[in-house]
Amino acid sequence: MATQSFSKLLFWPRWVWRQLTSMRTALFLLLFLALAAVPGSVYPQRSADPNGVRLYYSEQPELAQVLDSLQLFDVYTSVWFSAIYILLFISLVGCVVPRTKVHWEAMLAKPVQTPKNLKRMPAYTEIKSDSSVIESSNQILKKLGFRTEVQGNSVSAERGYIKETGNLVFHYALIGVLIAVGLGGGYSYSGQRVLVEGEVFVNNLASYDAFNPGVFFDEEVLEPFKFRLDDFEVVYDLQNLANRGTPIDFIASITQTVDGVDEAVEVRVNHPAPVPGANIFLTGNGFAPVITLRDGQGNISYSGPTIFLPQDGNMTSLGVIKAPDALPEQVGIIAFFYPTAEQLESGAYTSIYPDPFIPLMTMNVYTGDLGLDDGIPRNVYALDTTEMELVAGRDGPNPPLLLEVGDVVQLPDNLGSVSFDGLLRFASLDIAYNPGGIWVLAFSMLALFALMASLLIPRRRVWVRQLEDGTIELAALARGDDAKLDDFLLTVKTRIENEIAK
Amino acid sequence: MTPVLNEPLSQLSLLFVSASMGFLALALMVFSFELAQLVKTEGATKVITKGERVGFILLWVATIILGTGVVLRGIAAGRVPWANMYEFAISTAFLMLLIYLTAMSIKDLKFIATFISGFALVILFASVSLFYVEVKTLMPALQSYWLVIHVVVAVLATGFFSIAAGLHIAYLVKAGNLAKRLMNVFPTLEQLERLAYRFNVVGFVLWSFTLIAGAIWAERAWHRYWGWDTKEVWTFIIWVLYAGYLHAMATRGWSGKRAAWLGLIAFLSVIFNFTIVNLFFKGLHVYSGL
Repeated sequence: MATQSFSKLLFWPRWVWRQLTSMRTALFLLLFLALAAVPGSVYPQRSADPNGVRLYYSEQPELAQVLDSLQLFDVYTSVWFSAIYILLFISLVGCVVPRTKVHWEAMLAKPVQTPKNLKRMPAYTEIKSDSSVIESSNQILKKLGFRTEVQGNSVSAERGYIKETGNLVFHYALIGVLIAVGLGGGYSYSGQRVLVEGEVFVNNLASYDAFNPGVFFDEEVLEPFKFRLDDFEVVYDLQNLANRGTPIDFIASITQTVDGVDEAVEVRVNHPAPVPGANIFLTGNGFAPVITLRDGQGNISYSGPTIFLPQDGNMTSLGVIKAPDALPEQVGIIAFFYPTAEQLESGAYTSIYPDPFIPLMTMNVYTGDLGLDDGIPRNVYALDTTEMELVAGRDGPNPPLLLEVGDVVQLPDNLGSVSFDGLLRFASLDIAYNPGGIWVLAFSMLALFALMASLLIPRRRVWVRQLEDGTIELAALARGDDAKLDDFLLTVKTRIENEIAK
Repeated sequence: MTPVLNEPLSQLSLLFVSASMGFLALALMVFSFELAQLVKTEGATKVITKGERVGFILLWVATIILGTGVVLRGIAAGRVPWANMYEFAISTAFLMLLIYLTAMSIKDLKFIATFISGFALVILFASVSLFYVEVKTLMPALQSYWLVIHVVVAVLATGFFSIAAGLHIAYLVKAGNLAKRLMNVFPTLEQLERLAYRFNVVGFVLWSFTLIAGAIWAERAWHRYWGWDTKEVWTFIIWVLYAGYLHAMATRGWSGKRAAWLGLIAFLSVIFNFTIVNLFFKGLHVYSGL
């Protein structure tokens, strides 16, 4: 009675387990996984395109909220996507483990009993001969890599066990990939830093503009190194007419200091530079004009190289200057930099080449409240002009300021002066470390080779039986698709015939 | 340092590609005519007819001319000819034709000659009229030997998948009892299914390789081996769909029509990945050049 209710109790779990580990379920889960991955390519993802998400929120805030609540901006870490792949991997384990046991036993077992009726096999042929071929057939099949057994008047042979081995290893290797991705991601980190030529980066958390640690990240892993961006060079195509102005190469020359030893290295796209415990990658670049601002009382209220963000292929760049301590009023400037400036008919400027041949800067000057005093964090690359007044600009009371390198220009209304002291470049560098990568690669390669073994190596059974009437029956059977089964049996036949002829 | 682009040579390349389209169109007409003729004959015929021979000669000529065009394009650009959409498309068409014609010498696949020449013509027409761009030097992100490996394997995989797709279509037409008289001269359903399976298997192995090679490259170029960029997403989706197809082929009740549909959907995703994703989706793989 007790056992009966116990087995009743186990009925549903067993049923669920059987369903989950069935091939049909695996198939459905695969299709769901493919389907679930689609929205991640339609909607911007926080992991790949955080700006896209921000843009979505500013353009369609209500829809963005709905999408966000469905985790459509974080598809690949979402509950539903995770649920599918976790179920898929459980199904995989439940399918592969019992198969491993079966395969293990098959590998230890002898070849099967020769079937009674060989004529029914998918590949079949005969030889007429009275000479005994059983022993020689046995040897021939052994040489062809078969595991054989002589069973009275027949030989039973099988080869291609590696097909199933490959199949199983492939699936285990996928588990390996998943674990390596998970653990590796946990111990990884990547950080971004924008460096202007001449600036030095010292590897500690405070030095990064942005830092993305994995869940197991420990600050201790940051190795004590530093490097200086000596020079940033961009090579543009000047030779090919149709291609003029296309970047050919970006080269960041840095001097890195490890344990007090200086070394000059280059960081280029596709060519990261190794540093202790990480790699330095070049991910972006632009101009950093050196600007000095003096207020109405002659005091320096802003000074230094300023990051200008590139806006187009000809490096028209946008920069923002905020001088909260300027007197009598706070000053904000939105500046455009044109490396090779040309004036349009409308009077506006544009850049016609990305290298600085005719560099020009235009400035729109605002006064008023910069919005920095109430402690709310503000984007340094944007100027909120809602509480400010335009004093110089295209639609302002005074024309915009125009500066070439070396110029000093007076601001209107005795607000002070601004100078364009020099032109530097900046580089955006990523410092990244992922210990899982090499393991992901190792398991992926293992999976690939196992996959090839599983899909391309045939598993074949061959039987040779000598009948008393002088007929020698040959038959072959393959597991799954095997294009060359008939040809192969003919090869065996020819070899046996040659042996008879000897 | 800066590679020198050869504009006149790229024009010559375009001429070859266009000429190849002419021969493909002729081949397509001959094959269609022969198919129409076959309907009138009774039962399947294994021998290649005179007309078909003409068709295959035309197809070979088209392939050789296209191959010349692809090579000239590479010489004109001073690099491998598959760095933007146009180049990828003409390389794919060329390799697909080459794979098909090579496979023909091993296995009788003449019955999809119409599909293959037609599909190649569509690819070339789209590339010349929609995707064409002048030769350009490579942007720094593409300057890597992984461009050679990662992309050529993707092109090859696409070639194998295309042929399998043709076989899937033939299977579905035949299994749906459509065009009965024509389908009588086609191989049996089982043969069609097995042939498609073989091409898909090779395509799947190549696709797995291109996925791994892409990840290695991404690690060098973008400091992460996988970041769910739109192109990465679709490469993954395609891989999963073909994995699903392979599982279907091993699942009772799922081989046959369902597997063929699945294989066809997977192939449509390949096309979608190449066209819609390249042109309209935002991502890091912005190399279409358009």
